Amino acid sequence: MFLGRVMGTLTPCQVYPGLEGVPMLWIQPLDKQGNPKGDPVVACDSTRMAGTGELIYYEAAREAALALDPWFVPVDHAIIGIVDELHNVP
Amino acid sequence: MILGTVRGNIVSTINHPFYNGKKMLIVEKEDFAGKPGGYLIAIDGGVNAGPGERVLVVDEGNSARQIVKDDKAPLRSIIIGIVDRVDVEA
Repeated sequence: MFLGRVMGTLTPCQVYPGLEGVPMLWIQPLDKQGNPKGDPVVACDSTRMAGTGELIYYEAAREAALALDPWFVPVDHAIIGIVDELHNVP
Repeated sequence: MILGTVRGNIVSTINHPFYNGKKMLIVEKEDFAGKPGGYLIAIDGGVNAGPGERVLVVDEGNSARQIVKDDKAPLRSIIIGIVDRVDVEA
């Protein structure tokens, strides 16, 4: 899993069966200190509660498909949770 | 498997039900020469790892799900050992 920041939302008009109503959010991947790193990606939100500006963690690859309900839908990034606190030691 | 060092942790209340009560740690990956590069967020697989410790991480979904005995867990990275010593022959 990796850290990310929600930058905005995305609303598709046609989706693959099983993805209807699943929130899709733009996320900016972050490094471990919380600084932006890499290009933004679109991720499905398995918590259904993340909003713009929030710090989240997401899963990439096959495991993303397991986070959603119904599971095993064709997605490659899914938000797993919202970060309350991030502790870093040097 | 990946060798890394625990550099921090994440606290989260809104998350996928699988992650309720799971200890989530930020692991800085290291390469063959011990040079740090990149990070990932992994759960603790029962070894009680803490900040600063060198750990062994499984970064493969099927193996991770086998360890937690949940074939629908949206999980890829799990800490399965604490490293005491690494010997590398040149």
